Amino acid sequence: MEQLISLLDSTIRVSTPLILAALAGLFSERSGVVDIGLEGKMLTAAFASASVAYLTGNPWLGLMAGMAASMVLSMLHALVSVTYNGNQLISGMAVNTIASGITPVLALAWFQQGGNTPPLDDSARFQELTLPFADRLSDVPVIGPIYSNLISGHCILVYLTFLLVLPLVTWVVYRSRFGLRLRAVGENPHAADTAGISVARVRYLALMCNGLLCGMAGTFLSVYQTGSFIKEMTAGKGFLALAALIFGKWRPVYAVLGCLLFAFADAVQIRLEGVSLPLIGEIPSQFIQVIPYVLTVLLLAGFVGKAVAPKAIGIPFVKSR
Amino acid sequence: MKLGQPSTLPRWAQLTILPVLNLVAALLVTGVVTWLIGENPLECLKLLIHGAFGYGEGIGYTLFYTTDFIFTGLAVAAAYHAGLFNIGGEGQAYLGGLGITLTVLAFDKILPFWLLMPLCLMAAMIFGAAWAYIPAWLQARRGSHIVVTTIMFNFISYSVMLYLIGHHLIEAGSQNPTTREFGANSWMPAMQGMAAAIGVHLPNTPLNASFFLALIACGVFYLVVWHTRWGYELRTVGTNGDAARYAGMNVPKVIIVAMCASGALAGLAAVNELLGSTHRMNVDFTNGIGFVGVAVALMGRNHPVGIILSALLFGALTQGGLDLSFAKPLITREMVLLIEGLVILFCGGLENLFEPMLAGLFKRGK
Repeated sequence: MEQLISLLDSTIRVSTPLILAALAGLFSERSGVVDIGLEGKMLTAAFASASVAYLTGNPWLGLMAGMAASMVLSMLHALVSVTYNGNQLISGMAVNTIASGITPVLALAWFQQGGNTPPLDDSARFQELTLPFADRLSDVPVIGPIYSNLISGHCILVYLTFLLVLPLVTWVVYRSRFGLRLRAVGENPHAADTAGISVARVRYLALMCNGLLCGMAGTFLSVYQTGSFIKEMTAGKGFLALAALIFGKWRPVYAVLGCLLFAFADAVQIRLEGVSLPLIGEIPSQFIQVIPYVLTVLLLAGFVGKAVAPKAIGIPFVKSR
Repeated sequence: MKLGQPSTLPRWAQLTILPVLNLVAALLVTGVVTWLIGENPLECLKLLIHGAFGYGEGIGYTLFYTTDFIFTGLAVAAAYHAGLFNIGGEGQAYLGGLGITLTVLAFDKILPFWLLMPLCLMAAMIFGAAWAYIPAWLQARRGSHIVVTTIMFNFISYSVMLYLIGHHLIEAGSQNPTTREFGANSWMPAMQGMAAAIGVHLPNTPLNASFFLALIACGVFYLVVWHTRWGYELRTVGTNGDAARYAGMNVPKVIIVAMCASGALAGLAAVNELLGSTHRMNVDFTNGIGFVGVAVALMGRNHPVGIILSALLFGALTQGGLDLSFAKPLITREMVLLIEGLVILFCGGLENLFEPMLAGLFKRGK
């Protein structure tokens, strides 16, 4: 029981940045703009937020800075993809490379710590919150441990993600006027255009949402999880989020389930390190690490279900004359 | 996707003015960043150029990195001509390295150099091609998007190689995740060694005979893409897949063969690194060369001559950037990544930025 709860607890922690990034990707890709630059935007946000949180001592200002930095790259991606009808994949790759380049350059110049930021004080980091009655309930069987160990004791960004961002994104995408336009533009931009919807405007808005969410994801990593910016700290999480998005067939709740699954695999893998299982023996950690990527490849190829992308994805919209 | 579309510019302008304009734009942005962090951009540029070309050792290292980038650049270009964006050069080079390692570890005690070396080259190409074959097959037959698949394959290759190096290939008793040193009969002849044989003294650098191999690959690439029937099919598929199909070309087959050629070229980059320089397999020996290949191919407009020149540029940036980071404690070698990213942005993403401007100028001229 205790084992399981700690496993689920770390699943929630690991999945949060993945969920934020996957939902960010959802906005962009549902509007028809491929985004392989999630990784770079998270990295830049992680750096900007850690720097500002360090300088001001305020994690919320850090979050703002992270969102702003990620937004800048998002708008760059929009400029290339929407205004200049450029290749969205190449643009995403440029975003990633620029992010890998500029973050250590600025970090070294500003903080002189080998491309990282100095560790944040506790007051400059997001703290784990203890929910009301968590201490008193912890002795109650079953509910106690679940409430006080699993549900309580996360940072505010986790609660924001699960209780605010996820329902909001689902509502916006499926129930709001903007969401309908978003999906229309991603499936058939010409029809949307005929109906008087500005394709460019919807795609720009989608990429703004994308920037904000990526900013949150990056901030979570540096201002909460590690407590400083470390060179290349995203380590493929942006691509993992992209994989989860495809795994969830570009739908919010399923993408989140994908993130939870990948995060759970990660939590299991850390616990299995060096442990010999009965019958199977020791499972090399790489076997579990590789699961999300293999699953995504199989899914895309239609071997396990079929992931159908938004129809207009990756195609620049040129208004017919 | 709009890959491989013909341009509106005259060919010579496309190959000269446009890349220079893009490079200048990228360098200007980098200059501003350098200035913002309180360094003098011109002084840094001078240091960088001196580090890359100013002395014998620097030139040797520059050409060594150039060799890597020619191979990965050609790899990206081969796929690009078929309208495919192969972002998986990193993984294909890594797997090419596995092919070399397995061959060397199996045969370096038995076979002489002149038998072992061709075997290693074959192994590098076959392993690289095989790693590219799967995404290509999935794209051609099952319709899954090659970019996403090759990204996933990069990550899969990291895990596979970490596992193999850490559990099977690691030198017995060693703490570091590397293989044993390869036998000297598998080493690619070093440039200084070959020069000494004809009486020329060169400084000690990792530059080796793979450099000539890269130049030969460029020549073959040119002949195959522009002067064979298959190359014609390749370019037709890239320009207009529907037209190619109506003309009776086997589009899935062209896609698969193009990706295999691409993977084989990426695999050859491992020859330069493993047989030419480190003489053993290390974790992460690829170190981003597959991604630099994208910038090289975009900037070189997918033409071998352009690729040689832009590979030289990135080789110089890599080597000069290293020197610069030693001279200037406030500048890291990641500065080169920034330039690389900007080059990808201007040459690839914003290709519609300068081209219409130039096209307008040319039209007015006529």
